[in-house]
Amino acid sequence: MSLLTALLVLLPLVGGILLLFLRPAGIQTQRVVHLSLIFVLVIATLIAFFSANQGGYEIMLLGNWQAPFGIVMVLDRMSSIMLLLTATLASGALWYAIKTDVDRQGEHFHVLFQLQLFGLNGAFLTGDVFNLFVFFEILLLASYGLLLHGGGRLRTRAGLHYVVINLVGSTLFLFAVGALYGILGTLNIADMSVAVQNLPAEDRGVVAAAGLLLLVVFGVKAAMFPLYLWLPRAYAYTSAPVAALFAIMTKVGLYAIIRVHGTVFGEEAGALAFIHSDWVLAAGLITSMLAALGVMASSVLRQQVAYLVLASVGILLIAIGLNSEAALSAAIYYQVHSTLLGAALFLLADVIFRARGNHGDALVKATPVAQPILVGSVFMLLVIAMTGMPPLSGFFGKIMILNAALTHPWFMAILLVVLVSGLLMIISVARTGSLLFYSAVKPESNGIPPASNRLAFAAIIGLLMTSPLLVVFAKPLSAVTEHTAVQLYDSRSYVSAVLSARPVGEER
Amino acid sequence: MEWLIATVIAVLTGCGVLLTLRARTFPVVLGVTLLAYAVNVFLFAMGRLQSGVPAVIDQAATGYTDPLPQALVLTAIVISFGMTAFVIALALKARSELGSDHVDGLDFSDDERAAEQQQSQQDDQSGTAA
Repeated sequence: MSLLTALLVLLPLVGGILLLFLRPAGIQTQRVVHLSLIFVLVIATLIAFFSANQGGYEIMLLGNWQAPFGIVMVLDRMSSIMLLLTATLASGALWYAIKTDVDRQGEHFHVLFQLQLFGLNGAFLTGDVFNLFVFFEILLLASYGLLLHGGGRLRTRAGLHYVVINLVGSTLFLFAVGALYGILGTLNIADMSVAVQNLPAEDRGVVAAAGLLLLVVFGVKAAMFPLYLWLPRAYAYTSAPVAALFAIMTKVGLYAIIRVHGTVFGEEAGALAFIHSDWVLAAGLITSMLAALGVMASSVLRQQVAYLVLASVGILLIAIGLNSEAALSAAIYYQVHSTLLGAALFLLADVIFRARGNHGDALVKATPVAQPILVGSVFMLLVIAMTGMPPLSGFFGKIMILNAALTHPWFMAILLVVLVSGLLMIISVARTGSLLFYSAVKPESNGIPPASNRLAFAAIIGLLMTSPLLVVFAKPLSAVTEHTAVQLYDSRSYVSAVLSARPVGEER
Repeated sequence: MEWLIATVIAVLTGCGVLLTLRARTFPVVLGVTLLAYAVNVFLFAMGRLQSGVPAVIDQAATGYTDPLPQALVLTAIVISFGMTAFVIALALKARSELGSDHVDGLDFSDDERAAEQQQSQQDDQSGTAA
């Protein structure tokens, strides 16, 4: 029984409630308390990361009920990586929000932020499919509030689409969960895996259909083709720190695919083993290509960044669809990289948006930003990393994924899509960079461009620095991701760890 | 009883999908609500349909019905209720900010614009005739 597992979920929940009660004390108090809460969360996730990397499973039986009769929370290597990634991302996004006063633009920014983290952490830790649904709803409801934070016409319109498609997604989730429960008689992921192994042949069709319906639901969250149409608008028109935090939201869908499908339809599922892989791979290839075209077609920088994030989702789907330990290990590495750098790009797009006055971030000739050399070189480094050019981390991630794809029968198609989409993205971000920083028109003599916000810029630099770190420590980090991938494929020991956990005070 | 429940779920889902695909926010909200009703009945039916048997332990009981789907349905009802309230509030906000209840924030759909033009042309013609 691990109290740490419970703490990681309870901390943001209690923090959110605390921040709500601190509202009369003023926004400064809320900021200080919130920053210290995030600091504690980062420390807690670091402890969780190191303890999970001993290789065991830390299992919390809620209400002291033995699995599969109660709900379990499971902390393993994969969930600990996701938790650490979320906390790191949250600290950068929150710092930027505070330093640019985004949190003053509407009510309850801090409360919603913590509740968002509550939903995310819960979704990463839960070992029960219905509980996953509940945490999805929590994180979605918080994300609706955050997405609309600050208001505005474009934001409201994008928010309406986002809310409706996610409501439909939740309904489909329940249909899939209901069908799975009707046949398997359990919703505990480990117990479902056992039930699928002993499934009579005549029930296979229903379970396969429900499993693939669940893939559709996770595809909505992950912005998988053809369910990605909500993403570019929603991410482009929300406030920058929220868009940065949402860089993890698509990864929740990917995590759910890895966790639920990887365990329930794993190696031991007999005829149903890996039914999802080819679908995920095909969807990943199409998503990558369409995202690259979207990057080329964007007329606004923030939308272009949203499509770059979508392209990274495509690459990740390809890596998950390849269905091998090496590919999954590469996917985890690429996921860390693309989440942090995607977030940094959203923040940088906001810096450029603020600096260019009336032109905003439209990709047209306009007055230059205040510090073209600093902003321009950070932009260049970020897009180099994001499009997968050497020497930054995106290149390493793509190399690892392509290396894992060598023996796959679809290798030529994968190679073609990854290289062509990469090329298209490089061409269009190069055009963007030259438009923004080289071919700027001379500013009018009386109009002094507003000075950039140094403290806020520190958040972008901090997130950018993770890329060289990911390259320098590529060896130990890839060892961690390899162990994680091996653990994820070893669904037998996950099942036995969860089902053999005994309540406190009971003899083993 | 099974065919009746199945028909109810099918009709609710069909109407829900149809309404969700409409272009105005109010039918979309209704559609999402109908879908939520359909899924609640579906979840309940997944515990198998039995009547007159208790869900909790009873000395005199000869059989039990599965209590878990009932708990799941309760959770799902609460969540869908909250979400519906939220989406109605958002639809009202969109109506006031975008000046239209079209889901894309357009003033008119293409059909309505065509109808409007036709109407105004007819008015012009009748005006010149008069």
